[in-house]
Amino acid sequence: MTTTPTEADEPTGAGTTDVPAPAGPTGLGRAAPVATYVLGRLTTAVVSLFAVIVAGFFLFRILPGDPVRAMTEGREVSAEQREELRRQFGLDQPLWQQFLDYAAGLVRLDLGISFQYREPVVDLILERLGPTILLAGTGTVIAALLGLFLGARAGWRPGGRGDRINTAVALFFWSVPTFWLGLLLIVLLASGRGFMPGLFPTGGMVSPSATGPVETALSTARHMVLPVLTMVAVIYAQYLMIMRSSLMDEKGADYLVTARAKGLRDALVRRRHAVPNALLPTVTLIFLNLGQVVSGVILVETVFSWPGLGQLFYSGLRVPDLGLVQGLFVVFAASVILMNLLADLVYPLLDPRVRP
Amino acid sequence: MNSPTGPAPAAPAAPPDPALSSRALARRRRREALVGFAREYARNRAGLLGLGLLLAIGLLAVTAPLFIDQTHLTITGAPGESHEPPSWQFPLGTDNFGRSILDLVIWGARVSLTVGLLATFVSVTLGTLVGVTAGHFGSSGGVGGRIVSTVLMRVTDWFLVLPTLVLAVALAAVLPRGTGTIIIAIGLTVWPPTARLVRAQTLAVEARPFVERARALGGGHAHVMGWHVLPNVMPVVLAQTTLLVATSIIAESTLAFLGMGDPTTISWGGILEAARTAGAISAGIWWYIVPPGLAIAVVALSFTLCGRAVESVINPRLKGQS
Repeated sequence: MTTTPTEADEPTGAGTTDVPAPAGPTGLGRAAPVATYVLGRLTTAVVSLFAVIVAGFFLFRILPGDPVRAMTEGREVSAEQREELRRQFGLDQPLWQQFLDYAAGLVRLDLGISFQYREPVVDLILERLGPTILLAGTGTVIAALLGLFLGARAGWRPGGRGDRINTAVALFFWSVPTFWLGLLLIVLLASGRGFMPGLFPTGGMVSPSATGPVETALSTARHMVLPVLTMVAVIYAQYLMIMRSSLMDEKGADYLVTARAKGLRDALVRRRHAVPNALLPTVTLIFLNLGQVVSGVILVETVFSWPGLGQLFYSGLRVPDLGLVQGLFVVFAASVILMNLLADLVYPLLDPRVRP
Repeated sequence: MNSPTGPAPAAPAAPPDPALSSRALARRRRREALVGFAREYARNRAGLLGLGLLLAIGLLAVTAPLFIDQTHLTITGAPGESHEPPSWQFPLGTDNFGRSILDLVIWGARVSLTVGLLATFVSVTLGTLVGVTAGHFGSSGGVGGRIVSTVLMRVTDWFLVLPTLVLAVALAAVLPRGTGTIIIAIGLTVWPPTARLVRAQTLAVEARPFVERARALGGGHAHVMGWHVLPNVMPVVLAQTTLLVATSIIAESTLAFLGMGDPTTISWGGILEAARTAGAISAGIWWYIVPPGLAIAVVALSFTLCGRAVESVINPRLKGQS
């Protein structure tokens, strides 16, 4: 939802500014710059996390005015019940006290209690973490491989027929709302009505009749096909556009002339020389776009009733169960920030040019 | 250029061109630039296709009250039976209340386009303000300015990294239901890429000599930002705006699909949400699902094509690449 494919044509924007310039001493005395770099990244991440915590508090405690009224909207609730809820959620305390309690709870990994399930939010999240990681991980890996492969082909001959077809298809999938694509796939391949037999289940993760580990795994795989397909279709486009523009930036480089002068075949010049270099800036951008994967997984899980965090988020929204939504907001935001920190720390190991 | 301080021409018999007052000159130059832009744009076939589609859809949305009876769009005044398949009377079938889906989709364009455009307006304004301010004070504001700039960009980066949908949904969930809330929720979450882009462009403009001249002549921050930087940043903003409308329209449909929309209005995402809650998905009632989604995709694609065409006109580096 954030980035347009064309915007990925500006790898100078996000890619290079976040990465320190290839200055600084090499060889001896390298420990100090490395420490500064790591410390800087850690500080940024901690500040960002703190901002997420404040934003979570502001969004769900201050903005709604009266959280209890928001929670009980459209239901018959007596004044005593409201008071009881207020006390239960600590809303009768002054704001600063509420914030301190909430922040201290986060440090102890206590995200509060879900209004709807009457269970600690952390337990709910841990229960559903596995399915989400399975779905999002599979989808992201396939989408990244497909996008990088096609992007390298398209960027090598920009304006060619392969490039135009690839870009057009990617643009189309990018313009399609994720959830609609999922709905279409269900109608077409799972509903069993109309032209096609119901090849795949319409939702869920395992059919209840499956027993034993092998049968469960097979059933899960069959349930995964459509959700993964939807995720890949929607997120591979950005990887394709990033790789394409990154490779186009490399195309004019001198070392490619050298490689050609050595008499290497065109395919070899691409595979051995251009692609590895173009891959490096792409890595950061892939991590920067992880927020989109989170958005995608929420929608896909909602459409396919996949028992993961996204569906939990949706169920919290429908009630609305602000405690649950708040907890998930913090978890989603924090995970994206941590993944970005990881990318920042790993990137210099991959690319010697940006080592501090 | 007419220089007013230069030596007066010896022979006033042949005035260069009386029409060439500095304002007329500026106007003519602007007109020429516009014509040149239109000509360049017209060379991009995909861009023309997108523009044509958008004009057609916009016309349809604006004139919809002329050929759609609004009572037919209410649940009680529905003209057909529930879930009728496509027929001559209902080219795209009916929904679970018996309303014509073709009518619903055409009517839905009104809300979807309005929300998309207004949300884009909010986010582009916000992004441009942040971008120009950060770029300007980062390059010429002293220590205090650099602090302002750094803080602004840190905030932008923070928003950029966060999952947009989560933030937008959270905003929509805590604010009162309504179209205004949707516009604010989208506008407040999709601005960071614009801010980054505008900041980069601002830095490039600020490095040029005419900005230094303006500053040397005593131009203040507001003057430099408003008179010199902003006009030169506008082309980039225009391209970004066109692309952002596509994002905003998809975001609107997504929020409506998640049930965050105003249930009393008809929008594309709202139709899809209604279809899902009515059980049309597992029942395989394709004519309820396909048209609204296709409408979203066509409009989003059209805006994207236009945006890319504008981008390739103003950014010669991209020419021949797409």
